[in-house]
Amino acid sequence: MASTHSVEHSRGIQFLNLKIALALITGVLMLMNIYFIFMIAPTDAVLGHVQRVFYFHVPIAIMSFLAFFLVFIASLMYLFKRSTRWDSFAHASAEVGVIFVTLALITGIIWARPVWNTWWTWEPRLTTTLILWLIYVAYLMVRSYAPTQSKGAIYAAVVGIIGFVDVPIVYYSVVWWRSIHPSPVVGPFAQSDALDGTMALILLYSLVTFVFFFAYIVMERMELKTSEESLGRIRFALRKRGQ
Amino acid sequence: MSGLLGPILIIVWKDLLLELRSKDLVVSIVVFGLVVVVVFNFALNNTPGRSAELAPGILWSAFAFSAVLGMNRAFVRDQEQGGLEGLLISPISRDAIFLGKALTSLIFMLLVEAALLPVYAVMLDFSVLSWSLMLTIFLGTLGFAVVGTLFSAIAVQTRSREIMLPVLFFPVLLPVIIAAVEASTRAVGGVTFIGLGRWLPLIVVFDALFLVICPWVFSFVVEE
Repeated sequence: MASTHSVEHSRGIQFLNLKIALALITGVLMLMNIYFIFMIAPTDAVLGHVQRVFYFHVPIAIMSFLAFFLVFIASLMYLFKRSTRWDSFAHASAEVGVIFVTLALITGIIWARPVWNTWWTWEPRLTTTLILWLIYVAYLMVRSYAPTQSKGAIYAAVVGIIGFVDVPIVYYSVVWWRSIHPSPVVGPFAQSDALDGTMALILLYSLVTFVFFFAYIVMERMELKTSEESLGRIRFALRKRGQ
Repeated sequence: MSGLLGPILIIVWKDLLLELRSKDLVVSIVVFGLVVVVVFNFALNNTPGRSAELAPGILWSAFAFSAVLGMNRAFVRDQEQGGLEGLLISPISRDAIFLGKALTSLIFMLLVEAALLPVYAVMLDFSVLSWSLMLTIFLGTLGFAVVGTLFSAIAVQTRSREIMLPVLFFPVLLPVIIAAVEASTRAVGGVTFIGLGRWLPLIVVFDALFLVICPWVFSFVVEE
């Protein structure tokens, strides 16, 4: 008993060290990222300063897709292995993913208004992102409305799998729908390819920063979930003693 | 296969018998379907000239809303009286339970749609006598039934179950709704199967994919 406790304890300390290291690295990377984006990156000749939102928007959107892929993998692993680690990983990734998708949508809207002259257009990537948001908000709802935590974990895993499998079908249905309903808005996607060297480099750096940022908050969220569960157990034990 | 088919038919028969005795589900959903069409007619300002353009959209909105409303009931009856536990205890595979439930939902929805279609044809002024339209409706409804059965098994267990099903159902079923509307627009325009383009294959892919995944994950949803 004592030995397992100390093993757990030392593992906890390792986890804490890793987390602190990750937090420091992320902090430094992020500060430099902001400096690069606002001070180093050249101002876009056509779009002006609003183009800088792109250095946040693209990495955030990519990370949110990655987050939901991780939810899918962790959900499958949870259904097979039934380890709560996989479940809390799926939960943390989904929460962070929903936040990232929300931010991707908001930064996209900020960009779209001056550039496309409209806040929103039913373009395939936008529509798919919105549907992703809806699916994973439902994922979080199912989890919290379930009768018990273990049931919630299973229901969420099921939605995590179904939702992810559905995404490519949603994407293609909207692409094909688009091709017969041409939009009045001309999406200047060509411009996003026309990044010069510095711009591309800063975008790549920003992506790396957000990978670290993502890893750090997922870790933080998982730890918080573990604490929540311990607190629940302590409360339960105390209530039992009180009776 | 016969080991699977027997229990499926028994479950379908049980649910049909329950419905035959009460008749409340199919009748109330048909009435609801009529209400939806009236609302959409005014919301979209449907005039005779625009009918061909708007009718398929109204048709599938009504079908989708009716499906969600009906599917919400799919497990409620079993849940309230402990019937689902009985089913789970009985020596029937989970796949058979899922497929039986999905088949029941499919039959109910097709009945509702069969009752609504002639009325829609008159009110929205389009021809329903088209094999392409029939096939589109069948395949679209199959997709609704398969994914809807899985989600209603989840939703019935959660708090605020009436909200949970549509919140899960609509985003995931969006491709089917888009494809069904597009295919129906062409079908009403009088094209043959080939004229429906990629929309029918899209629904077939969706149906096939979820006919494999849903029974498998269903076994996790109902386990104790």
